[in-house]
Amino acid sequence: MNALACVFAREFKSYFATPLAFVFIVIFLFAMGAFTFYLGHFYDNGAADLSVFFGYHPWLYLFLVPALAMRLWAEERRSGTMELLLTLPVPLWATVVGKFLAAWAFAGLALILTFPIWITVNYLGNPDNGVILASYIGSFLMAGAYLSIGACISSTTNNQVIAFIVSVVVCFLFTISGAPLVLDAFRAWAPLPLVEAVSSFSFITHFASITAGVIDLRDLIFFFSLIGLFLFANMLIVDLRKSG
Amino acid sequence: MIEIEHLTKRFGHLTAVSDLSLTVGPGEVLGFLGPNGAGKSTTMKMVTGYLAPDQGSVRICGHDIVWDTIAAQKRLGYLPEGAPAYGEMTPRQFLHFIAQVRELSGEAEKTATDRAVAGAELRGVLDQPIETLSKGFRRRVGLAQAILHDPDVLVLDEPTDGLDPNQKHAVRGLIRGMARNKTIIISTHLLEEVDAICTRAVIIDRGRVVIDAKPAELAARSPSGRLDDVFRQLTTGDTSGAAA
Repeated sequence: MNALACVFAREFKSYFATPLAFVFIVIFLFAMGAFTFYLGHFYDNGAADLSVFFGYHPWLYLFLVPALAMRLWAEERRSGTMELLLTLPVPLWATVVGKFLAAWAFAGLALILTFPIWITVNYLGNPDNGVILASYIGSFLMAGAYLSIGACISSTTNNQVIAFIVSVVVCFLFTISGAPLVLDAFRAWAPLPLVEAVSSFSFITHFASITAGVIDLRDLIFFFSLIGLFLFANMLIVDLRKSG
Repeated sequence: MIEIEHLTKRFGHLTAVSDLSLTVGPGEVLGFLGPNGAGKSTTMKMVTGYLAPDQGSVRICGHDIVWDTIAAQKRLGYLPEGAPAYGEMTPRQFLHFIAQVRELSGEAEKTATDRAVAGAELRGVLDQPIETLSKGFRRRVGLAQAILHDPDVLVLDEPTDGLDPNQKHAVRGLIRGMARNKTIIISTHLLEEVDAICTRAVIIDRGRVVIDAKPAELAARSPSGRLDDVFRQLTTGDTSGAAA
């Protein structure tokens, strides 16, 4: 546990050692605002809820989370510090989980900083704050799922740009599989169970059911098992590298 | 104590290390010599647990590096090739991170850090980001990291590469000073280094040990009494400098 905490602390602080943290948070908040108010017509909807705001989260995460995850392993591989890190007496799982948790905590911090919109909506009307809290939790879980994909892909390359692009593509597949565009294409010919199977892999499907205000155990299991799966793959990839 | 038995590593068709066996005990400073690509760094990466061997085994103070990795790595200090370190950290932060991972805290950490900083002569640069330091200072940061926890076994990949003559002299003094009760392997291209600090010289070529002797014995093999000539003769088959 000590080793995990060390890896976590170093990784988390490293976001703030460069302007990266600042740039990321500013762009994140700016994009959240722009999407919600301009594209989402937050004021015109006349509804005191944040569904418009949360509806854009999957699409923003699609680009911003891979940007957060791309350096996790690619940078260590490029600079050679991977060799240092893996020869320190730290179990591999602790390194993988510690790095992931640091990035997740950072994403959580960015998410918490969107609180002015929560204050705004409470000022304007009487929203259901239970639903908003559930949505924040759902959004955080979804960010973790995107991050685990990004971390896993980052560990396959020493090039951050490649890590970013491939992560965006894979995250896109996990996002889009629940969109009408894809589901309608399947509905035309596929049996219902297949359509549901495709849809059930979608972050949007699970996130939407949480933002409706119900934290269903199935959605939690989905996100946590996805994170677990990709972190396990991440560990295998790093371990396989050892065999040359 | 380092026990290497029948160590073999292949990369595709290339056999980097071939059936290499060595035992190095406390008090020995083994100079690991060989032309570029002879397998020095690959061997060191396997000894420290960064690469998994295809065949053979390595034991550090009785702990198998593959099966008992963490226990072995706790006894080990390692300076990887190129002395990688986290560039955005200062040496002080970096050594604090290493100390935490090595489970040193409070008074023990302070003593260990003071000793390593003094040994590697880092005092003047403790609060500058590592990426702004000269090559020589970065190498010394790597060295300080390796000796921080006063390990029984030190593996140093080209510890004096990039240092000026004064710094080389200081680092050699440091290694000699630690040699009494430690097991040390250093790799080097510099034959003068073998003369200066090693109690034993091993020359490898194409992944095999071609000679294992005391530096003086080695020099005696050449009529000129020069290590350079012996080295060239053994690794190129060039006999012009020696009468067989």
